[in-house]
Amino acid sequence: MSLVKTIKVNAIKNGTVIDHIAAGKVLKVIEILSLAGDNSVMIGMNLESNKLGRKDILKIENRELSKKEVNSIALIAPSATLIIINDFEVVNKSSLEIPEYIEEHIICPNPKCITNIEDIPSKYYIHKAGSVTARCVYCEKKYLVEELKIKV
Amino acid sequence: MKNLISMRDLSKEDIMRLMDTAAKIEKGEIIPNMQRKLAALLFFEPSTRTMFSFDTAMKRMNGDTIIMSGTGNTSAKKGETFADTLQTIAQYSDIIIMRSPIEGAARYAAEVVDLPVVNAGDGANQHPTQALLDLYSIIKTQGKLDNLKIGLAGDLRFGRTVHSLAQAMAIFGAEFKFISPSFLQMPQYIKDDLAEKDIKFEEFNDIEGNIDDLDILYVTRVQRERFADPEDYEKVKGSYVLNKKMLQNVKENFKVLHPLPRVDEIHTDVDDTEFAYYFPQAKNGVYARQAIISILLEEV
Repeated sequence: MSLVKTIKVNAIKNGTVIDHIAAGKVLKVIEILSLAGDNSVMIGMNLESNKLGRKDILKIENRELSKKEVNSIALIAPSATLIIINDFEVVNKSSLEIPEYIEEHIICPNPKCITNIEDIPSKYYIHKAGSVTARCVYCEKKYLVEELKIKV
Repeated sequence: MKNLISMRDLSKEDIMRLMDTAAKIEKGEIIPNMQRKLAALLFFEPSTRTMFSFDTAMKRMNGDTIIMSGTGNTSAKKGETFADTLQTIAQYSDIIIMRSPIEGAARYAAEVVDLPVVNAGDGANQHPTQALLDLYSIIKTQGKLDNLKIGLAGDLRFGRTVHSLAQAMAIFGAEFKFISPSFLQMPQYIKDDLAEKDIKFEEFNDIEGNIDDLDILYVTRVQRERFADPEDYEKVKGSYVLNKKMLQNVKENFKVLHPLPRVDEIHTDVDDTEFAYYFPQAKNGVYARQAIISILLEEV
């Protein structure tokens, strides 16, 4: 299995791998990370996975993610695994956790919300009981996480 | 308490402190002194009643107000950001009281300035000072806030006063009857909030026959403009007009509240009954707002 992976998506020397992204969600992850800079990026889509059936994977050379970025990714890809690579070795591997609070990266679906009128970052409290919902700190409207749009 | 932005932020203790302070101010047991204090009333959306109520509250405590009403005379038209407008006004005043059609505007204002901010209504979101004066009216007429049966009638979908009131009364274990046309029902997110707190509620389409077991009926207007087809409005409007005849079997302690202005949703024949409480309710607004301002400016 690992051989197949290596062939499909090349290994990186240093950087971050986001594995076990639910199939089809990798493009949203890329939107969050604004990957237009100098980093080499490898994308695997709809790969076979023991854990998920089908999965996406993203490898980014020479890039560590900020806490805010990790939180945003956890919202859209809660099943993902975050792997830090140093000199081709895995130095850290962790499952993503949906945060209780998130800032930026989200466009409030409520057009009357101040975050859509003034140039200020959106903020959400996340409720994990039952279906995962997010409540805007400003307009107080509550949305299913799937309804939220990611700010590019 | 540093600001008053949303009923969600208030604990039961905060609410009871506000009720207690309002009662003491009304009885003259405490006389907050706002001499040399200035409240900036920023009303980016038209309002006469709420603005006058705050203006009266401040002046009854020997304080003063500066008033900005509408957006015509603001610097926003010159391209100034909302944050800069607020920062500037904060230099002149001790407390900012604002109404805006933009949801979350007061929350944002409280982040921008160091002064206390009072939300006097932000779009369809919150109107916490109305909710507090409603609670004060309820406690005055019922002697308590706990375990009451409350009917909310009219436009429950767009009415921010009913949203804030439902959330506030949920803290006190109220049971609700929501009475509205189907498409103006209480929004799902409010119902979810209530369900999470194990608060009982039922939904109805008519006032008649559904008020005899209530302690409070809170009436709001069903606006003609909300209906796409005027004929639909004509068909249902009678179901949301309260008249004296409907009050024959109500409980002795029953009271009718209304945030005002009333159009025709409460027939004037109700006004002379012992159940009408909407005009004293407006007066209670001044005491409640005096209490809010005094607590935020730490004058009590």
